[in-house]
Amino acid sequence: MAQESTGPVRRQIQLPFSEAIKISFQSLKIRFWRSMITTAGILLGIAFFVAVLSGSEISQAMSKRETIVTTIDNPQAEGVSAQQIWLIVMSLIVCVVGIANSMLMAVTERFREIGTMKCLGALNRFVVELFLLESGFQGLTGAFIGSLVGFMSIMLLSLKDYGLDLFRSFPDYILGILMYMGIACFLGMILAIVGAAGPAYRAAQLPPAEAMRVEL
Amino acid sequence: MTSDITVKTEGVVKEYRMGGTILQALKGVDLEISRGEYISIMGPSGSGKSTLFNMIGALDKPSRGTVYIDDLNLLELSPAEIAWLRCWKIGYIFQTFNLIPVMTALENVTLPMIFAGISSEERRKRGIKLLEKVGLGERADHKPTELSGGQQQRVAIARSLANNPSIILADEPTGNLDLKTGRDIISLLKEMNENENVTIISATHDLKMLDVSDRVVYIRDGMVERIKAREELDIEVGKVEGQE
Repeated sequence: MAQESTGPVRRQIQLPFSEAIKISFQSLKIRFWRSMITTAGILLGIAFFVAVLSGSEISQAMSKRETIVTTIDNPQAEGVSAQQIWLIVMSLIVCVVGIANSMLMAVTERFREIGTMKCLGALNRFVVELFLLESGFQGLTGAFIGSLVGFMSIMLLSLKDYGLDLFRSFPDYILGILMYMGIACFLGMILAIVGAAGPAYRAAQLPPAEAMRVEL
Repeated sequence: MTSDITVKTEGVVKEYRMGGTILQALKGVDLEISRGEYISIMGPSGSGKSTLFNMIGALDKPSRGTVYIDDLNLLELSPAEIAWLRCWKIGYIFQTFNLIPVMTALENVTLPMIFAGISSEERRKRGIKLLEKVGLGERADHKPTELSGGQQQRVAIARSLANNPSIILADEPTGNLDLKTGRDIISLLKEMNENENVTIISATHDLKMLDVSDRVVYIRDGMVERIKAREELDIEVGKVEGQE
């Protein structure tokens, strides 16, 4: 039966990327609401990030248009203020801490699963890969929706300030905002991966016997 | 290179640090297990049988001493080689079944085949065949939570056979099952042992297990107390079975 048992054959152990994606998607789907909460954390942080940056982009574009009409006493027109940068950085830090926390929980409650996977031949890096994929998905999804939310809300706010002029100068600021949204999506994914890396790496290092001994 | 001995332990010691004191779970175990044998490791809780099980299964490293599986010294293997061994050579069965809860029965069975690099059609074919072998052919798409304990353990057995291992390690496989289901699982293991010549090593304190074992290793206080062959056991089993 054991056709591989003779000789020191070293077949490479592998986890094809498509399979890894399938498995991590499954894990997210089954814990849908929990994943949504983690995702919502990123969503809010990124929405704030995009809203602040887009707000300054819009006000710059609008002030260029209205230079003759209004004097530049609008502080927003000078770009992103130091206070706003401070707020953005804080909100992103809260994001990372939130993700690290929920990943810590997600990893801890799945110690047994991790141990089992290693019994079945998984390498440590498969375990890390699966968790990073999971959190990367959450990060990307949260950041994508978050940047849309941020953009929409700043548009609504600006509509109040500038009226329909806002839409007339749409081409002046939309490229800048799209760029910020792209940066935000990337940033959200990276932050999520950074937050998950620690817990995932630590869990993967455990010998399977120890991982499976954990009772929860 | 291949001898008749498939698992060998030499002076295996395992120490756990508990606060300031060192606890010796295993105090030097020497054991040889032949290919195709059905071995039961018996002993009371805390005797070290699960620890020994973990050492043999490459699930944990001994503090001292060596473990050989098919003449490979586990201490000299890289993590990738250990993973290879776990994937190809050894099938594991646990008391708590340890199926991956988010996966269906079939996906659980085919997971080790993914690691082994088997194509997806082949995986499906083999997975279904294994599930049929354990009598769960029509339950392939059920999640573990939709299966009874006995059925989950059957899936676990099918999974342990995924890559045609030469050794199956079973840690209290009947511990969470009722008498009859436990008996079914044991006869299933015996069947694998007889038909496929798989070596079965089982840590247990289920007396039903003795009936089918070729040898029984008694562990007490981290040491091998005695080893008995089946012939020496028959009378004892008859005696104790009545008490169940």
